[in-house]
Amino acid sequence: MKIVTKSVLTALFGAVALTGATAVAQAQKMYEGIEINLLTRPGPVIAGRLEERGKEFEAMTGAKINVASVPFADLFQKLLTDWATGTNSIDVGVFASGWAVELADGDLLADLSDFVANDPDLDLDDIAPYFREFNQKINGKTLLITIDGDFQMLYYRTDVLDELGLKPPKTWDEYLEVAAAAHGKDMNGDGVKDFGSCMFKKRNAQSFYAIMSIAAPFVQTQGTSQGIFFNIETMKPMVNNEAWAAALAFFKESGKYGPPEELNHDIGDTRALVTSGRCALMLDWGDIGPLSIDETTSKIKDLVGASILPGSTKVLDWESGKLVPCDAKRCPHAIDGVNHAPFAAFGGWSGAINAKADPKVIEAAYKFLSYMSQAAQSNYDVTQGWTGYNPYRISQFETIEPWVEAGFSRESAENYLGAIGDSLNSPNMASDMRIPGTQRYQGIILDRELARFLAGEVTAEQALENIEAGWEEITEEFGRDGQLSMYKSSLGITN
Amino acid sequence: MPSVFSEWLDRQSRHLFIMPAVIMILVFSIFPLIASAILALSRVRLRAGGYKVTFVGFANFKKQIFGSEQFHFLGTFGSISLLAWAFTIAVGALLIWWLLRYLRGPVWWLGLIGRLIAAAVLFGIAFMFAATLLSGTQIGTLGVTLFYVFVGCTVQFAIGLGLAVVCAQPIRGRTFFRVVFFLPLMITPIGIGYAFRMLADTTKGPFAPLWQMVGLGDYAWVTSPWAARFFIIVADSWQWIPFIFVVLLAALENVPRDMVEAGHVDGASHSQIFREITWPQIAPVAATVILIRVIEAFKLVDLPNIMTAGGPGIATESMTLHAFFAWRAPDLGQSAAISYLLLFVTVVLCVSFFNLVILKHRSAQG
Repeated sequence: MKIVTKSVLTALFGAVALTGATAVAQAQKMYEGIEINLLTRPGPVIAGRLEERGKEFEAMTGAKINVASVPFADLFQKLLTDWATGTNSIDVGVFASGWAVELADGDLLADLSDFVANDPDLDLDDIAPYFREFNQKINGKTLLITIDGDFQMLYYRTDVLDELGLKPPKTWDEYLEVAAAAHGKDMNGDGVKDFGSCMFKKRNAQSFYAIMSIAAPFVQTQGTSQGIFFNIETMKPMVNNEAWAAALAFFKESGKYGPPEELNHDIGDTRALVTSGRCALMLDWGDIGPLSIDETTSKIKDLVGASILPGSTKVLDWESGKLVPCDAKRCPHAIDGVNHAPFAAFGGWSGAINAKADPKVIEAAYKFLSYMSQAAQSNYDVTQGWTGYNPYRISQFETIEPWVEAGFSRESAENYLGAIGDSLNSPNMASDMRIPGTQRYQGIILDRELARFLAGEVTAEQALENIEAGWEEITEEFGRDGQLSMYKSSLGITN
Repeated sequence: MPSVFSEWLDRQSRHLFIMPAVIMILVFSIFPLIASAILALSRVRLRAGGYKVTFVGFANFKKQIFGSEQFHFLGTFGSISLLAWAFTIAVGALLIWWLLRYLRGPVWWLGLIGRLIAAAVLFGIAFMFAATLLSGTQIGTLGVTLFYVFVGCTVQFAIGLGLAVVCAQPIRGRTFFRVVFFLPLMITPIGIGYAFRMLADTTKGPFAPLWQMVGLGDYAWVTSPWAARFFIIVADSWQWIPFIFVVLLAALENVPRDMVEAGHVDGASHSQIFREITWPQIAPVAATVILIRVIEAFKLVDLPNIMTAGGPGIATESMTLHAFFAWRAPDLGQSAAISYLLLFVTVVLCVSFFNLVILKHRSAQG
């Protein structure tokens, strides 16, 4: 009897297991035959990991992920044109979350709220509140899935500063002092003089994010809802003032301690200099940390410290447009008298789905973005510098082991994650622009005037006047009231 | 009945045969021209389901010529220097003299209109350069484009002609050099752009040790406006000299040998033979090759985009790149307006060159 019972139970479990496996297999291959066309920037950064994870996803579900790429500066235009004209050759775009507002304004993005609500694998609560509530949502709807968290930070060479007896700069003025002291020293032992400061300043690339990072602590003192771009009553640009002039002056001055070709350096050029050990100070997103531990390319493993972006002891008086000293009232979030406003530059690479895609494609595309974002995948991806992904999940900040396994020393990992945490948790964090026309406000007007100022074609005053006039034109074109409403909403102002 | 149809077909055959070509031109040339003209007069916003087009008249052109984009297109106008005024007046006087000289002869109304347009454009361009370059302010994308066209084409023509003259001589290894000189034309402009960007990099490019050895390690070509413009012309010339070289070499080899030999027998020097025999023979081909090259140079976009992204500032931005950046914004109205302005300048200058240089030369030859 026992033998019979055991046999029956074995057969029963076997049958159940087989049925379960079949069901899983059927479930896993439920997207067989579906192709998802995804557009993003060129790899290996961002696109490379999407391709690799896409192959994994295809093996699991049958959905084929075709990753195409265009240069960063063309990405928004390609997506907008494809989706607005009804070409619809692209199903998924992976781009800056700030650009999504204009796409959402044209009803071009699929609403992912229901998918997210019914997706326990995404573990929504593990995504840091800023990215969960701000980066992914527009007007209360989840339209994006975050796969990368972006803050610009300050990086410094610990060995170089130790040798000089200097501490990491807390203000932009101190930054210049440290850069001046380090400039011209050989920092990688190759006998060639190296640079005190490295920043990417090429036009039509991403240099305009740096000037916003620099300007933020001069402009914003009262918390994230104050913003750094516009007056929240009139939508008039808040750029033609002493705060932005100080930021421009700093940006130009830093060039004295940078490589001679800095004006033509894109982010890739600067990172190559940084990892080859040629820079004492640098301003960048979170990528430098993981890139520094890649022994095949880096000469600065465990020699790089990270900190929240430097701040300022003088801040903008919004009434007069003048810089005034920080005090407890003006700078309620200041630390030791220094006002910091860590800038969430770019917001992070995020995936959005074409609203006009086939419903089955939308579902499969969501599953893929969810797969990319789930902790099982992303907690590893963010530790690999070449992927271009930076941490945005709480578990990525709290669990240090993956970082140590990736090659960080425990001390470096704690320092790196601490710097991001300080930025993310700052009550005075500066939010990136998220209104229709963001690409034109920043990528065309701000970028062009910044380039002209750096090239000496215009003075700081002329550049700021031109930015103000250019931004006003765009605001008028899109409609002032609508823009103001969107801007306030982007800062979390609901009234 | 069949005979009636055949007769009808015969009568219509000239129309039917030409119809495919007409349709092709309408679809691929005329329609895009009309569509872009509509865009140039509109503000276009992409939205779900298509475009929202708002007619704005000439506002896009006004913005480029008189409005907030004037500095970008024409340059930065400030106080005009004495030298600039003198130059402008001299050019104006020259153009008036040229028009008066035409009016003294037999006048054809279409020729007069063409000359008036050409004179107005030339005067406008002269004034633009006077008010910007000669007054110490920045030139805009129109000035940069004209710099690429005239300086670039002059350099390319001079070197291309020189190489062609050398390779037309009976020297050893000339076939090898003909192939070598022709190679750059085969390479994609994107590759040339990246190659020259690397060559110009004084800190980590292949010539970095050389630059450092001669004391240029701290100098960056691409951060100085004029150095950057010249370096783009160097790259452009490297690509296009072979084209001029090949065409002129073919022309040189068609110069009748008996005329050249007769010149030698008569004791003429090499320079006299070139001036009196060779040049008149190759001049029509040279004029055509210049015309083709000028039209092509007006459209320069890839090299400045790759080498400098239009920088430093807007120093190396050509009009085509200007239109491309506007299109990418996406500001389709401005982009189309800039494209039409480029078309206008190109057509006026090239048609003037054709009518006043090439046709005049042909009619002089009889």
